[in-house]
Amino acid sequence: MEKKWEEMTPEEKQETLFARWISPKDPEGNDLKFPSPEAENLYKERVTRIKDAIQLKKKPDRVPVLLIPSFAPAFYSGLTPYDVMYNYEKIAPAWKKFFVDFQPDGHGHAFVPTPGKFLDILGFKLYRWPDHGVPKDTTYQCIEGEYMMADEYDAFINNPLYFFYFTWPSRVFSALEPLATLPPLAGVTEMYTASVPFMPYGMPPVKAALQAMMEAGDEALKWMGACMAFAGEITMAGFPAYLAGATKAPFDVIGDTLRGTKGVMMDIYRQPDKLIAAMEALTPMEIQLGVDAAKQIGCPLVFIPLHKGADGFLSDEQYKKFYWPYLKEIILGLVDEGVVPFIWAEGGYNSRLDIIRDLPRGKTAWLFDQTDMAAAKKALDGIACVGGNMPMDLLTVGTTQQAIDHTKRLIDVCGKGGGYIMANGAFFDKVKWENLKTIVDTVKEYGIYK
Amino acid sequence: MAKDLVNTLADLKEQEVIKIVKDRLSAGEDPLKILGDARKAMEIVGRRFASSEYFIPDLVYSGEILKSVTELVKPKLSKAGEMKRVGKIVFGTVAGDIHDIGKDIVVFMLDVNGFEVHDLGVDVSAQKFVDKIKETGAPIVGLSGFLALAFDSMKQTVEAIKAAGLRDKVKVMIGGGQMSDEIKNYTGADAYGKDAMAGVTLAKKWISAS
Repeated sequence: MEKKWEEMTPEEKQETLFARWISPKDPEGNDLKFPSPEAENLYKERVTRIKDAIQLKKKPDRVPVLLIPSFAPAFYSGLTPYDVMYNYEKIAPAWKKFFVDFQPDGHGHAFVPTPGKFLDILGFKLYRWPDHGVPKDTTYQCIEGEYMMADEYDAFINNPLYFFYFTWPSRVFSALEPLATLPPLAGVTEMYTASVPFMPYGMPPVKAALQAMMEAGDEALKWMGACMAFAGEITMAGFPAYLAGATKAPFDVIGDTLRGTKGVMMDIYRQPDKLIAAMEALTPMEIQLGVDAAKQIGCPLVFIPLHKGADGFLSDEQYKKFYWPYLKEIILGLVDEGVVPFIWAEGGYNSRLDIIRDLPRGKTAWLFDQTDMAAAKKALDGIACVGGNMPMDLLTVGTTQQAIDHTKRLIDVCGKGGGYIMANGAFFDKVKWENLKTIVDTVKEYGIYK
Repeated sequence: MAKDLVNTLADLKEQEVIKIVKDRLSAGEDPLKILGDARKAMEIVGRRFASSEYFIPDLVYSGEILKSVTELVKPKLSKAGEMKRVGKIVFGTVAGDIHDIGKDIVVFMLDVNGFEVHDLGVDVSAQKFVDKIKETGAPIVGLSGFLALAFDSMKQTVEAIKAAGLRDKVKVMIGGGQMSDEIKNYTGADAYGKDAMAGVTLAKKWISAS
């Protein structure tokens, strides 16, 4: 008799999610039939390799290698970001070609090309994207701004869901401005006031906004169909997806796209208590996001990109007060539910290594960008799997020999005893393809554990 | 005895700073003297940032307090009280890249250190850099970029400066995101600055050598 989820320990939950990951299902819920025993073996070997690197219970057969691209698969197929954002049928062939040609140990889905028509329908104001403020051959970029004002913390803390359902969309999507006028439906609990909060839904501007949402939904579905077509094909080719979904550190949620970098930094000084209360309100929501994704997809890895806690962005004291406690709570909340936080520490994280050691063993993976990898390995040895640090300059302008040397050095320094994943440290678009291939091939030759 | 503006501002005590400035203005003090004290405070802020005592939030906050001080003082200024500038710099985030946090920090630090910075903003074309160099005669150019795509934009900007016959008249520094000495060589720039203070050090070195 299988144990119920609620009765399992965090270890059992993690094992259950890993077991689901290694035995994928088809859309009907039956065991996936791989086209060949080779593909099935490759798939299972890869999942096992990543699992062993993360759990720190035994050495994997060799160092796992992952490639985490931005629009690189598009460029590799001679396409621009614009091409794949506006022609969804071009996504699957390009992404598949990229992973099949380079043969890393997993794929990270094809969600990078956000559907262009979806953005057009809603009039997205938070980013500039190809042919909409940046050239067609350029990646999309966030526009820094205050999308939540300094005096709106109380409203946010009291009702974060209302903020995310109505206030925030009304500001970042021009087609959804009328949502700001919609009241919560709390009044519906009494018969004689039931119809009152529905009045705005009869107004033409709100109707137009709802119409735009439905059309945007159609577009999102079309696009997801293209992404799932890729996911299906690439799984059949023996590549597991190395993430089920994503969540964020509360300080980044507020600092990236609610208050903006400058806004959140002012709040550290001017209203620290409200900033903290808002992060406390966000924490359970961010945990839930990750847990739901992992359980739904059947893969324990959940991505957490880290932004504004990097070296230089905050003092040690500020990091310990505003960043780490809430990130840690999210990490532990995920770990409790068997989820493996797959943490992507962008920029430098040298000054944080001693702080992030305070975690349970074998439950997280940390991918670093510009952090000193010897120091990272030393700090997290026996605590967490480390990885990352394939430098962008090396990928872009380095020689093949430099790529070989750097890869071997990383394996020597970080690979010892397992607990290491070779990966890039920052999303990449256009690089020297031969360097990418060289790195993967070098890991496969040099990274074998004897 | 009024509290010392230089140290109060350097310690980022916003409310106290505002009070001191208001008191001194209503006592009829020369607004230029107040601005002079504010400048001295910002130099201390810059030094604390350089020595890792202050970090980006502290720098950003000091800039906000300075803005409030300037707004209070401005209406009382009879003539433009510009400080003597040590040198000109043309600065901007290169074409295709719209990131400005890093650029703004370097520009702020250069300004605090007495440079006359011509900030062209973000997504700046090579031609705009060339035009501004010609217009100002600045001997230093700062190219900022967060994305890897900036590698090529920087290279093209340096090439455009060369094509305009200005390459031997300017020193070019790059910085931001994924920049490095390797990328400096790739773009043909003269130096890579790892952070804002490295940028200031480079600018000072180049100005004193010119």
